[in-house]
Amino acid sequence: MPALWRSTFVLVMVLLAISRPSLASEAIGNGTEHTITTLPIVIWKWEEIHFPYLVALWILVSWLCKLVFQLNPCLTRVIPESGLLICIGWVLGGIIYGADKVQTFRLQPFTFFFYLLPQIVLDAGYSMPNKLFFGNLGAILVYAVIGTCWNAATLGLALWGCWLGGAMGNIDTGLLQLLLFGSLIAAVDPVAVIAVFEEVHVNEVLYILVFGESLLNDGVTVVLFNVFDAFVSLGGAQIDAVEIIKGIISFFVVAVGGSLVGVVFALLISLLTRCTKNIQIIEPGFIFVLGYLSYLTAEMLSLSAILSCTFCGVCCQKYINANMDERSVSTVRSTMKVFANGSETIIFVFLGISAIDPSIWVWNTAFILLTLLFIFVFRFIGVFLLTWILNQYRLVPLDFIDQLVMGYGGLRGAVAYGLVLLLDENKYKEKKLMISTTLIVVYFTVMLQGITMKPLVTWLKVKRAAVSERTLAEKIQNRTFDHMLVAIEDISGQIGDNYMRDKWNNFEEKWLYWLLMTPIARKSCDPIFNIFHKLNIKDATSYVKEGERRGSLAFVHNESKADVDFNKKFGADFSEMMPYIMTENMGPDHVPVSSILRDSVPSVCLDMHEQDLKMRESEDFDAHHLLQQHLYKGRKQHRHGYSRKHLEVNKDEHEVQEIFQRTMRSRLESFKSAKMGVAPPKKISKHLKKDQPQKMPNGKSTDNSKSHAYGDEDLEFSEGDSASGCEAAGGSFPMRAYRGAGIVNPAFMAEMDTMDPMPPMQQIPSWLAEAEVDSSNMVPSQRAQLRLPWTPSNLRRLAPLCLSTHSNDSFLLADSPATQEGISELPPPPPPQDGEGQGTHK
Amino acid sequence: MGASQSARTEHEFQDLADRTGFSLEQIGNLDKRFRQLSKNEETLSRQDLTSISALDNNPLRAQIINAFFDKRNLRQNEAGTVQVIGFEEFLMVMSHFRPAAMHITEEEREKLRREKLRFVFNMHDTDSDGTITLEEYRRAVEELLSKAGTIGQETAKAIADAAMLEVASTTMGKMEPDEFYEGITFENFLQILKTFDIETRMHVRFLNMDTATMRCGK
Repeated sequence: MPALWRSTFVLVMVLLAISRPSLASEAIGNGTEHTITTLPIVIWKWEEIHFPYLVALWILVSWLCKLVFQLNPCLTRVIPESGLLICIGWVLGGIIYGADKVQTFRLQPFTFFFYLLPQIVLDAGYSMPNKLFFGNLGAILVYAVIGTCWNAATLGLALWGCWLGGAMGNIDTGLLQLLLFGSLIAAVDPVAVIAVFEEVHVNEVLYILVFGESLLNDGVTVVLFNVFDAFVSLGGAQIDAVEIIKGIISFFVVAVGGSLVGVVFALLISLLTRCTKNIQIIEPGFIFVLGYLSYLTAEMLSLSAILSCTFCGVCCQKYINANMDERSVSTVRSTMKVFANGSETIIFVFLGISAIDPSIWVWNTAFILLTLLFIFVFRFIGVFLLTWILNQYRLVPLDFIDQLVMGYGGLRGAVAYGLVLLLDENKYKEKKLMISTTLIVVYFTVMLQGITMKPLVTWLKVKRAAVSERTLAEKIQNRTFDHMLVAIEDISGQIGDNYMRDKWNNFEEKWLYWLLMTPIARKSCDPIFNIFHKLNIKDATSYVKEGERRGSLAFVHNESKADVDFNKKFGADFSEMMPYIMTENMGPDHVPVSSILRDSVPSVCLDMHEQDLKMRESEDFDAHHLLQQHLYKGRKQHRHGYSRKHLEVNKDEHEVQEIFQRTMRSRLESFKSAKMGVAPPKKISKHLKKDQPQKMPNGKSTDNSKSHAYGDEDLEFSEGDSASGCEAAGGSFPMRAYRGAGIVNPAFMAEMDTMDPMPPMQQIPSWLAEAEVDSSNMVPSQRAQLRLPWTPSNLRRLAPLCLSTHSNDSFLLADSPATQEGISELPPPPPPQDGEGQGTHK
Repeated sequence: MGASQSARTEHEFQDLADRTGFSLEQIGNLDKRFRQLSKNEETLSRQDLTSISALDNNPLRAQIINAFFDKRNLRQNEAGTVQVIGFEEFLMVMSHFRPAAMHITEEEREKLRREKLRFVFNMHDTDSDGTITLEEYRRAVEELLSKAGTIGQETAKAIADAAMLEVASTTMGKMEPDEFYEGITFENFLQILKTFDIETRMHVRFLNMDTATMRCGK
């Protein structure tokens, strides 16, 4: 096999040399022959750069084709994109041929196997749905290995039979050559299959079976190809039992060895990403380089490169996604897609272009038609046969329709074409016939089967993929099911799939996580936690967006009323519905709280509206003070504008330090004032003034509507989070938790506290509150958020902060409504303190 | 609750097979296991199940074991728990995890799905009042995540809250301001899991399953 590859290499080098020599010779020529007589201002240097220039142009052209198709959605709905690209290839090829009278551009096998294919395979592996893949690995392997061998063998034998029967006329071939041809064309092509199946959205089991099969059988087909190629070189006479056994052994060694190389590289990548924290910019680069190296290494060892690259991607995805920074992960993802999609486009365009070359076409109707027929028929027979066997063992049998689609989805593609180009024309007299047949087969399957696939899927009513984003509740249930099944297997005393999976999971958690993941990643890699994290970020985003939409000023101004209103309403629901939780959590404080909360007086907020305008001026003044006291000077200016090493904008330690110190100071002061029951120092009272204007109208309003006896308590609540009130009131509980969290994480705490003295900024935003009033335009989830019983322990929603290093801010934002609910539900201080607390405020 | 003698008769097996849908071989296997667990007693107690060492690391151990002694899973329309179960009850609980027969109608499939989900629902609904309240859900989630190690109890609680919110928002749609979401009812439960592929998620391959499917498939 090395010999084959070496010869391939030489072949390719020769081919490359054909296009390159001009470059080299010109470059030399320029240096020696052209003696300059005068200094040229500009010179035309086409000869020197024409090679990379053409490559870049080709890429540009093929991508532009894609762009054109995407502008015509009605076209892509009927014909799959791969088919359209081939058509474009024909057109382009026609143009070139018309201009040059010879086909200048061809898809070279070397280019295909070393520059175009690896990224497609790596991407397929990297974005493979892992659980699904390993869950169906048995079936996939059966289809990929046995199915491919079946296809190759039956096609070869059938063609041989027809050849012996004289159906093909006079062609120079033999059993081994036909078997070789069968093996190279046996494999379902991942590129074509993914391109079609991704558009039709079949159910996930069917998808993974076809996809996994197509990916793995490429490896198998290359191995088969090499074995048969060696056999042909040996010649029929020398092949005895020993050689055949060797062939079978080499088949398994190559396939398994390739996969192992992939796994080793996956381990390497995972280990490497453990320690790339400080070079985040090139962190994603490692994935690509090592992925490519896994391909090359396997090739070098004459193992299956495709399998190696696939398994590398499959195995490392989980760990690198956990290890790397979120930004790097998204970089890897999108770059991978750019490469894979880009080279896929190029491949299809070139498949089209290659056809427009009379020199490769040799027509033999019988050979071509028989090949088409046999491929189609034997694919179906193979699928039905194997599925029948598999269904005896499968928990969920594949039904007939799925099998039909699987059989029909046997698209052949570029790998077959790449392999057939590798054939040595001296050994294979009918190489041209094989090339043209391969091209016909590829066109036929990609175009015809591709076009009819979608109508077929609709017509047969194939189970489609359920369109659902995984919700948190679903994830939790999923996990429950997992553990439940294991438990049932344990109880019923058998060792089944679930048992094995559980054992593997335990092993993975215990050893692999420890080995391959950074300690921080280990914490956040749990899928349930992940989705929770995402949910929080989504909340935060919508919160910020909504706030911005309303305008930040409105935010500030409407706050106070919002908060009063919210507390009351909320409190009422809360105490009615969840009395037992309240008792449980609040202990002795229970009685005052619920009695107060139960009274809801909507008029308060309505009156507030009138006062709004008057308040504005003084608020502006106060806000100014607040800003002065709590904003720090930005120090971004000291940083360089451009850095190749860093992406971060500002992580200035001084800044964080400053915030921290300031907030600590103010907290200390407010704490003192609350604890001693003395008036807060001047500085604090200044910004406490902030509350005064609110208080006034509030007080008035309660006066107006005399019916409400607890107006003051409500007020107390709204101030609940100005630090003094809070400490005084809730010295015993939730606040504690939150303070504690803050000290663990100064940065977070600082921000929290910067806002602390500014009730408006952190209270329930106006949009939430208004929805309370007019209850029309609120997102359901937010609505639900208001309705759910929030216990004071909701503060613990902050807990993830200690866990997650990512985006503290987002968490903070997401949580602040909840937090505030929690805080504002604090019971009013017990009577004696109550007087004191209010005294300090008034 | 079988006859008094220790060896069950062929006839009894056939009877159980008709009622629970297991094949005779499977019942034979499960019978062996039952004896092993109950130490050749007629009935199985909680202790017997708790002593299975393989279950030690399962976060749902308590819930699963409770499910075996839950009257709701054993008989219709009854709540509460029993102290010991016989072989028939053991089989009845097990049969929730039996894969469906190859050819059944859509309605039967739906019914089966409901039954299976009802089992899970009952597992969460510890006070059998028909709703999973926030408290119950929290406890379930905490238990579920307790063995994960990396997720603390506080976070688990927050996750339960978030999931509950999610359920509330997906099942109730817009709620009136004074409405209150009491908990997940069974209908809600069905709704949130409607895309869930129960066929693959709640099936265990019982021994000798292969021959059984072969017989009904062919």
